[in-house]
Amino acid sequence: MIIERLRSKAGLRASISLIAFVALWELGARSKAWLGADVFSPLRALLEAGGFRPSYLPWIGSIPAPSAVASTWTTVLGQPDYWHSWYMSFMRVSGGFAAAMIIGIPFGLLLATSRTLFGIFFPVFEVLRPIPPLAWVPASIIFWPTQELSIAFVTFLGAFYTIVINVVGGAQSIDRRYFEAARSMGASRWNVFRRIILPATLPSIVVGAVVGMGITWEVVVAAEMISGGGSQAGGTAGGGLGFLIWNSYVGGSYELIVLGMISIGIAGLVSSELLRKLGAYVTPWARAR
Amino acid sequence: MSAVLPAVVKRGAIRIDDVVKVYGSGETAVPAVDHCSLSIEAGEICMIVGPSGCGKTTLLNAIAGFHSISSGRIALDGETLCDAARPLAEPGSDRIVVFQNGALFPWKTNLENVAFGPIVQGKLARAEALERARELLAGAGLSGVEDSYPGELSSGMRRRVEIVRALMNEPKVLLLDEPFRALDALTKSVMHQALLEIYYRNKVTIVFITHDLDEAVLLGDKVVVMTSRPAQVKRVIPIDIPHPRNVSLVTTKRFRELLEEARLAVHEEARKSFASGEKEG
Amino acid sequence: MAELTATVRRVERARSSSEGRAVGLFRQHLQAWFRVRRPHLALLGYGLALGAWYLAVEVWQLPRFREMPGPTVVIKEWLSPDPTYGLSIHTAEYYQHIVVSIWRVTQAFFFATVLGVPLGLLMGWSETFRQYAFPLFEVLRPIPILAWVPLAIVMFVSGESSVIFLIFLASFFATALNTMLGVESIDESFVRAARCLGASKWQVFRHVIVPGAMPFIFTGLQISVGVAWFSLVAAEMVSGQFGLGYVINTSYTMVRYPTIVIGMITLGAVGYATSALVRVAGSWLMRWRERTLNIGGPS
Repeated sequence: MIIERLRSKAGLRASISLIAFVALWELGARSKAWLGADVFSPLRALLEAGGFRPSYLPWIGSIPAPSAVASTWTTVLGQPDYWHSWYMSFMRVSGGFAAAMIIGIPFGLLLATSRTLFGIFFPVFEVLRPIPPLAWVPASIIFWPTQELSIAFVTFLGAFYTIVINVVGGAQSIDRRYFEAARSMGASRWNVFRRIILPATLPSIVVGAVVGMGITWEVVVAAEMISGGGSQAGGTAGGGLGFLIWNSYVGGSYELIVLGMISIGIAGLVSSELLRKLGAYVTPWARAR
Repeated sequence: MSAVLPAVVKRGAIRIDDVVKVYGSGETAVPAVDHCSLSIEAGEICMIVGPSGCGKTTLLNAIAGFHSISSGRIALDGETLCDAARPLAEPGSDRIVVFQNGALFPWKTNLENVAFGPIVQGKLARAEALERARELLAGAGLSGVEDSYPGELSSGMRRRVEIVRALMNEPKVLLLDEPFRALDALTKSVMHQALLEIYYRNKVTIVFITHDLDEAVLLGDKVVVMTSRPAQVKRVIPIDIPHPRNVSLVTTKRFRELLEEARLAVHEEARKSFASGEKEG
Repeated sequence: MAELTATVRRVERARSSSEGRAVGLFRQHLQAWFRVRRPHLALLGYGLALGAWYLAVEVWQLPRFREMPGPTVVIKEWLSPDPTYGLSIHTAEYYQHIVVSIWRVTQAFFFATVLGVPLGLLMGWSETFRQYAFPLFEVLRPIPILAWVPLAIVMFVSGESSVIFLIFLASFFATALNTMLGVESIDESFVRAARCLGASKWQVFRHVIVPGAMPFIFTGLQISVGVAWFSLVAAEMVSGQFGLGYVINTSYTMVRYPTIVIGMITLGAVGYATSALVRVAGSWLMRWRERTLNIGGPS
């Protein structure tokens, strides 16, 4: 089935562009002085004329080539440390994400159903939301006794905002007529909540979850790099794929950097897809169209 | 023979010859239109009715150039629009569609909307086009809405502006895909009168898809009843009520006779459709 | 609704004197405004939050909270003309950091928009182009922005460029994706209508696709700004030398805790302001939307 898809016109085109990308990457990395090469002088001159300093342009020559990355891959796959990093990151992501869902969904539903509570708590929420989760890292480290908890808190924050916003938005956009229909059939307040608000908000919860999952990965990787690397010394509790990347950089094994990036990309993709499938399973009516 | 037309018109005759439209292929093939043949005279109002999802819109889209046909031929004034060799017609301002949910561009003012056609075709300079549009709107009794946006108008007025936008291009054919479906009965009746007035002033062929039989018999020179999917022409009922017509016709005996005739023909097909669970088309 | 009518009746009775009339009308408006905006509830919320913070840290000195800076400390520091830790609204440094951060975000946002919107439009409009470009796009997108940091440092000669590159990446993906979704969201009828009226493909693009995708594009731009600030903080924490992220990070290492909070709040405020700026720009460009949504008439 995959072979069929690949052979289709779309599959062919996708393969072409991906292969072209890798090829350009390989060429650029191999020729150490890529941007100094004559081929690109006119481009550089053009950009310089346009007011851009040459330092704006990336120096592809210093990146590891895909072939080097590929050969490192086979060695790394056998090392337990690598898989331990996966495990650590995965644990953190799950923990923070789960907390965000467990606290965020009820909180969001509460705000959406009670106008009073919404009026009280939503402004505070909106004031805190623009503060990027990573800005909370130092405060989090001060507050929480262990580093794991501080990372977990920041991770939680990232997904929490997204989930709450989506839940509130979803609940608020429920067509009034559903409520009126339910009430005309004699539903109690609890039943209205359970049978109308909850299911109708489910699609928005799913959207919030999928987006929140992406944000969670961002935050986890960032937190791992910052607390394991960054400008802070120490932190033996590092580990995780973000830490792996930072460590590889510090240690000079550039191939591992790229490897780590690809790994995280795959991890993020897989978790988002899993969530999406789960979401589709939970909301079968949304598929029917 | 069809009823007396407002004037002798030479342009806008459509011939649909043995058109077949099949979606998909092989085992998953879904026939939408099955050997449909129809002849529409220049300048007449042809109403097409039939159960939901029977393929009427597909036919309209084929004439307009949005869908291809699988075989057969559609011609306008003798020129082939599409056939088996060239299955997709080229959309053009000789056949303009007025859509079910309205397609006035919400981001342009009503005046800019109406002037859109000639401007993009390069037929008129912008200032001229806007001026002409203003005249046309005034002629249709719609002055005052020029500088507001479509979103600020009621549905009925939006439809009228859309029809004026179409007529600005002096098309041969107006293709109306259930344009009044979303309107309430009172507005609809006003729109019927408005459409008739517009028709009497601009000689266009009108192809009008509708579910509303009253509307069909009131406005049409003939009512074409389509079968349930796949679409074929089941019956063509000529409406011999003379022009000029107005909405008070609905109480006349002849109207009610024709309405009954149409109703019987459609009802049978509608029941078949209902039984097979057709989705809304 | 019923209360409003009652209010109006009360106002009518007060109309005996012209003075009473003016006051009555004012009261009527005020009461209506209170009912909609409910600032009293919002104030209650702020009060609760600030109060909880204050109580937990400064009054009761609960176990973990003890170490944190309390609201009074932070505000005193923030407003002081001679701050203990060097940063307040009276110091030039404070504004320097703000400007540096804003300038970085602006540059990155500019590049992301100039590259992302056309890419998104193309991907939405041309099926062929999308088949080539989208898979590559979707392969690169899931890689968290921070994961690019070492690569960015390696690739770019100057530290400043690498920071801007990182911010750019995040915004770029958000902008391009939302723009593409915007094009896809346009009702086919609009495109068909334009073609009926004789528009060429390019004219359809200019008159239908671009204006039609605008709402999504601007939502994308707002997300893009938010994401830009997110990345900025991360990038500055790791490899910056000025800026609000840098401030927050160094304040931690140098044990200047109140400054951490000052930095956080400033970040939040500036982030909100830039996002609001984009939103306002969007509303101005899409005035037709405002007017449409304001009219609560028949559908």
